[in-house]
Amino acid sequence: MTYALELKDLRKNFGKTEIIRGANLAVNAGERIAIIGPNGAGKSTLFNLISGRFGPSSGEIYLKGQRIDHKQPYEINRMGLSRSFQITNIFPKLSVFENLRCAVLWSLGYKYTFVKFLSGLKDANELAEKYMEMIRLDKKRDLLAMNLTYAEQRALEIGITIAGGAEVILLDEPTAGMSKSETSRFINLIKEVTIGKTLLTVEHDMGVVFGLADKIAVVVYGEVIAFDTPEAVRSNARVQEAYLGSHAADTQAEGH
Amino acid sequence: MSSYKFKPFNVGRWIIWSLFAIVLIFAPLVFTSNLSGTMLAQMGIAIIACLSYNMLLGQGGMLSFGHAVYTGLGSFVAIHALNAVTAGTSAIPVSLLPLVGGVAGMGFAFLLGYVTTKKSGTPFAMITLGVAELVFAMSLMFSEFFGGEAGISGNRVAGQSFWGITFGPQIQVYYLIAIYTFICVALMYAFTQTPLGRILNAVRDNPERVEFIGYNTQRVRYLAFIIAGFFAGISGGLGALNFEIVTAEVVGTGRSGGYLLFTFLGGATFFFGPIIGGILMVLAFVLLSEFTKAWLLYLGLLFLFMVMYAPGGIASLIMMNLRVAAFGKLKQIWVSYLGLFLTAFVALVGAGAMIEMVYHLQLNSALGDSLKFMGVTLNARGVDSWFGSVFVMLTGLGLFEVVRRQFQIEWGDIQVEIEKEIKRRETA
Repeated sequence: MTYALELKDLRKNFGKTEIIRGANLAVNAGERIAIIGPNGAGKSTLFNLISGRFGPSSGEIYLKGQRIDHKQPYEINRMGLSRSFQITNIFPKLSVFENLRCAVLWSLGYKYTFVKFLSGLKDANELAEKYMEMIRLDKKRDLLAMNLTYAEQRALEIGITIAGGAEVILLDEPTAGMSKSETSRFINLIKEVTIGKTLLTVEHDMGVVFGLADKIAVVVYGEVIAFDTPEAVRSNARVQEAYLGSHAADTQAEGH
Repeated sequence: MSSYKFKPFNVGRWIIWSLFAIVLIFAPLVFTSNLSGTMLAQMGIAIIACLSYNMLLGQGGMLSFGHAVYTGLGSFVAIHALNAVTAGTSAIPVSLLPLVGGVAGMGFAFLLGYVTTKKSGTPFAMITLGVAELVFAMSLMFSEFFGGEAGISGNRVAGQSFWGITFGPQIQVYYLIAIYTFICVALMYAFTQTPLGRILNAVRDNPERVEFIGYNTQRVRYLAFIIAGFFAGISGGLGALNFEIVTAEVVGTGRSGGYLLFTFLGGATFFFGPIIGGILMVLAFVLLSEFTKAWLLYLGLLFLFMVMYAPGGIASLIMMNLRVAAFGKLKQIWVSYLGLFLTAFVALVGAGAMIEMVYHLQLNSALGDSLKFMGVTLNARGVDSWFGSVFVMLTGLGLFEVVRRQFQIEWGDIQVEIEKEIKRRETA
């Protein structure tokens, strides 16, 4: 069978430093995967390789059986993979509605057209409104994105990511910088908007990880050292040694 | 569900566009002198050029130093086409020659823009500068096409005339330009309401993110560049018809700098900003240059202050004050405004007197030491004239600073009040 996303012996060097050293991963369609690992393990780099921000030094990446390594980000996006960013990456001088409308345009086939009015694109407008309600920003419809609160901007970030209708979604630390109560609300939101999609998320908060993921991939020093259900990963000796066994992680997990 | 469906007929928009048409139609009937006739025609041309430039600067975040390449090459192709009509080798009606210029501008943007838009940001600006220098250098090399020092001249009374319209009289050319201006402004506004226009804004705001929502930013910039080239070419073609002569300076970097300067002065963040910019451009080039030899210096100073204190240009100043007025708070600060204008005027008079004296010493010293400035005779080598000017300027500056501080406090208070009012209305 073909996987929704598959990495085969993926490697990435920055100069002489090898950041990703032979990562392998195979994700089934519809699975929710949390990627965890210590700081500097290469989690974000992995996302950058998959989404086409960087090209890998060697190895292969397959999206629904099609090879996507060395493709441009927009090509990969059109094939059905969308990502969010750790540092909020939205269109600050456009309104919330315009942000989302921009994000749905390509998937509806409008491409680069300049012979149609935006106001006449019924499907694009309805879809943008739908996503705006989904991420609970419908009250802020015409506010410029730069005037939103931090949590609202994070929600918009997710909204832009999912609005294109991609089946594979990568979220890079979606809850970074949020308070505890905001985080738990936000996790519910993410669960809700990614129903039926394949989800990969980088996360530091162990509570979030165990609450959200079907499977956990542990990345240490540029390798996927474990990829299994949360329970199995928790009891994995290598993982405990490298990462999970720390006292901090246990207390965090209990906290949720 | 949402508001856009229930607005089939936007009254405000119709009123604005009708007013625009009325102004275009009746302007030459109000301003009837020869000078104002040519100025109005040039304003139409400048408005199209500045708006097309703002497609790059304001809407796409592309700082081009070479927009005159596309207006200028449009002019050259249009005047050659005009000469072909005169020679009888071409049957294009004169009224369509601006379109020939437009197609030429688009064609050159298609060719040169491919290289230019490969990059964004600073590299983009550098490449446009390089292309501008390249084309200007070529204009001196290929005198068959560019006409060398003398340029290419033509006669717009060519081909068949329809209903007695020969385009001989200035007024007929004005109305041709007015029609083109109206249509081009409408089309360029329409462009801002299309998917490509909106994605262009997104590319300006955050090009990286655009790549991750399925768009090739390079393609977006390239397409916008070509469209801007088309309108620039139309503006150039109209210029060729209006002046009946095209010289190499129309592709020069000075002209490109003018588009940048006046688009910015008018305001790049609002659609109508460059319209103000275009009008100001003609006023400055035609009127200000008559008043004083130091006009470029004044223009530079104005640009400097604008970049520092009002980076949104005149359009944003208007919009900010409209907001204040909409909340009924303009009456709280009009006294401060009056103070600002008066003190700034005093400072400017002092500074102006000194600038004029320096210019007089440098350029007109053969005419003696005395010069007229605002009805007063100054002695460019006299201590009292210099002392007086410095005194007037410093007094003006000092008072201006006092008023400015007061104004800033009042303005801040008003903004806070408006924010409160908005919050109150939201919760109500």
